[in-house]
Amino acid sequence: MSRYLLRRLLLVVPSVIGISIVLFTVLALAPGDPFEELATNPAIPPEVRANLRTQFGLDDPIHLRYLRWFGSMAQGDWGFSFASRIDVDKLILQRIPVTLFVIGSSQVLALLIALPVGVFAATRPYSIFDQIANTLAFIGFSLPTFFTGILLILLFSIHLDWLPFVYRADISATGWRWYWEHLRQAIMPVTVLGLFQAASWTRFVRSSVLDVIRLDYVTTARSKGLAEQVVVVKHVVRNALIPVVTLVALQLPAVFGGAIITEQIFRVPGIGSLLISAILANDTPVIMAVTFVLAILVILFNLLADLIYGWLDPRVSYR
Amino acid sequence: MNEHELRHLISEVKAGKLSRRGFIQTMVGLGLTAPLASQMLAYSGVAQAQAKSAYKPTKRGGGGTLKCLWWQGATLLNPHFAVGTKDQEGSRIFYEPLAGWDGEGNLVPILAAEVPSLANGGLSKDGMSVTWRLKKNVQWHDGKPFTADDAVFNWEFASDPATASVSIGSYKDVKVEKVDSHTVKVVFQKPTPYWADAFVGTRGMLIPKHLFEGFSGAKSRDAPTNLKPIGTGPYKFVDFKPGDMVRGAINTAYHEPNRPYFDAIEMKGGGDAVSAARAVLQTGEFDYAWNMQVEDEILLRLEDSGKGRATITPGANIEHIQVNRTDPWTEVDGERSSAKTKHPLLSDTAVQRALAMLVDRASVEKQIYGRTGVATGNFLNNPPRFTSKNTKWEFNVDKASQVLEAAGWKKGSDGIRVKDGKKLKLVFQTSVNAPRQKTQAIIKQACQRAGIDVELKSITASVYFSSDVANPDTYTKFYTDLQMYTTTMTQPDPALFMNQFTSWEIANKENKWQGRNISRWRNDEYDKLYKASEGELDPVKRAAMFIKMNDMVIENTVVIPVVYRPRVSAASNKLMAPLSGWDNDFWLLKDWYREA
Repeated sequence: MSRYLLRRLLLVVPSVIGISIVLFTVLALAPGDPFEELATNPAIPPEVRANLRTQFGLDDPIHLRYLRWFGSMAQGDWGFSFASRIDVDKLILQRIPVTLFVIGSSQVLALLIALPVGVFAATRPYSIFDQIANTLAFIGFSLPTFFTGILLILLFSIHLDWLPFVYRADISATGWRWYWEHLRQAIMPVTVLGLFQAASWTRFVRSSVLDVIRLDYVTTARSKGLAEQVVVVKHVVRNALIPVVTLVALQLPAVFGGAIITEQIFRVPGIGSLLISAILANDTPVIMAVTFVLAILVILFNLLADLIYGWLDPRVSYR
Repeated sequence: MNEHELRHLISEVKAGKLSRRGFIQTMVGLGLTAPLASQMLAYSGVAQAQAKSAYKPTKRGGGGTLKCLWWQGATLLNPHFAVGTKDQEGSRIFYEPLAGWDGEGNLVPILAAEVPSLANGGLSKDGMSVTWRLKKNVQWHDGKPFTADDAVFNWEFASDPATASVSIGSYKDVKVEKVDSHTVKVVFQKPTPYWADAFVGTRGMLIPKHLFEGFSGAKSRDAPTNLKPIGTGPYKFVDFKPGDMVRGAINTAYHEPNRPYFDAIEMKGGGDAVSAARAVLQTGEFDYAWNMQVEDEILLRLEDSGKGRATITPGANIEHIQVNRTDPWTEVDGERSSAKTKHPLLSDTAVQRALAMLVDRASVEKQIYGRTGVATGNFLNNPPRFTSKNTKWEFNVDKASQVLEAAGWKKGSDGIRVKDGKKLKLVFQTSVNAPRQKTQAIIKQACQRAGIDVELKSITASVYFSSDVANPDTYTKFYTDLQMYTTTMTQPDPALFMNQFTSWEIANKENKWQGRNISRWRNDEYDKLYKASEGELDPVKRAAMFIKMNDMVIENTVVIPVVYRPRVSAASNKLMAPLSGWDNDFWLLKDWYREA
């Protein structure tokens, strides 16, 4: 097991380097330039733009720029944004609390919905509850988030005027009022994302529980006289949840990446909107930093998911 | 309208027979800008009316928070590095220039004690210098006094090429001298009619010397004050999250009494224009939203909720069609649309005149743009005193057909006109943008009826408006026969606007297509006229020259103006916000207040 772990950890390094090379090359080859707005302004002489480009080292050959970037990353200097000249790590840290709060809560909400609904639907297959749950789940993941988001805005913000639809990360209130304001503005984006995620997870939980509930040991437990509740919770769910745990672990890096469309609709200042605006502005250091962190998180969580699976299910062994 | 008629109008204003506003509006009708019209009057001795301030509150503060939505969030807060208006507006909350431009093109002093003029000795008769007298008792947000040293420092900072400031264009050709602690003199290299460039408006905001002193040249972008501005403005800096939020709190030591009204200001960024319009007009969550690039029928529907209004501020941005003088389909020395070629079809004056008659501006205005686009036949539209009355536009398919028929373009069997074996087929490009595509469709229909085959092409905006040298679809390359977009007039003076037709600005491979003359038109008379206007000090003569330049461009069908685009924003009905098309939206932020 420890040999397996060591091997996987060693593989992280070349994977990360490979990913960063591909990312950097794609960004360098893509058209567009962080200072092109200056080029279209008649009052700015072209030397200004040329000066800025040399100052930020944009005219050097690709491999030099890559090595420079990699070297400073290794030393902990994540560089600064071309647009705002702010350090990239500060920029990301500014956005992490909101991202964790909104996207994190939506994943928690999704779990809270998917688990009970999925298990209940699987224990009573093809009943009315199951059919309704299935239909809602299909509708849930067929409707894109930009549609449900706008629908909720039209209903709750404009028609009923109950909830604000522009997310403000800094609310100048104190005490419980602060929590209340935050809750009010977070409900809609969290619901939109949570319901979308819950739809697919409900189906997954349901099919996983159905697989287990047919097995012999469950029949044995029932025939031994255990209450249905105990059978379901202690025997079925614990085994059925193993693949679900793996799935959730693999989805966790998405929390960091944010939900780009929802952030755009609700103006949530999360990492997703940072990434999109950096891409549109050709702000290479920010794009590289965010995608690099995302890549590392994906790799690490993959490893984590594999390890958890091995720990939960003794039938699995590692070589 | 020639110089003689202009002088006659001015004497009428002097005699009181014509109101100042009437004169300025007439000039706009002729295609000139309001600031230039205002200068014409000032030069001729008509005193600038002291604009009555509409500011009502009688004490400072108590107004709560001013919440604004900028759907492109500000990314930095140093006016000398501002990329685009979003950064200028973010900086304008904290920094101020010596003077700003109001909606009618008048100079309004902000950090200056008064507007320089011939009468008070501020303007020199030979046009070689301007003397600004600064307001006394102005403090920076950290308590230090604002003096002439700060103005001189801003000139040094902006004109240093190593700083790579975007305001360098206004400062590199002048010299700023300190006369005493509260007076500076701006000296020009040659007689300059447009003297109100340095220290005025969007490129005139002043940064403090004592905080930026150690950070000039290449180190300028490392200054911590770049992200924590200390200015003289009505609000002090609180917090900044690039692309997301700018927050300010009331400046209790502000240099004007009873101002500002609001206790705090928030400028939230992100999202899109339509949802921003909703947030102001429908839910009232925000007080002001900038740049409503939204179709007018949506704005009208949102205004029905009664919470807010769309404010239309005239500027000079003009949506126009460029007619390529060169051949985009022949490659010469590795470039297409080369100035060495001539367009086989569009060089025919009959085709040019016919095209000018095939643009249904009235429908475009009514059906597509509404209040946000006003049909026009002039390239130079605002301020009023500059607009030409000499040009007329008409939409007449039959007349266009007649003109083409008479010139020898006969309709072939497929309905497309042919002459000397050349088919009248044109490619028309623009950016991806719903109103533009609709306009293209209208024009294509009219052209089809007249026998011209138009192929429509649309390119995504981020590519079309980029300056990528390798990409063939940028607007500066102009590799098609016709193209349409809005050219913005970022300064109240037409000089930088009209140089788009001079021969030395022709965009070509050598200057990496950064030249501003994209239609590649070459006319010696125009060049002569433009050069003369650069040194002409008499604003009346200069205005007459600009009117003539506009007329030349229209008569030769170098461009076909479609609609001119005023600036549209959304404001809550209770918010009183004086806006100007010649400066930032926040140019008079100190005077914003909410009615009870």
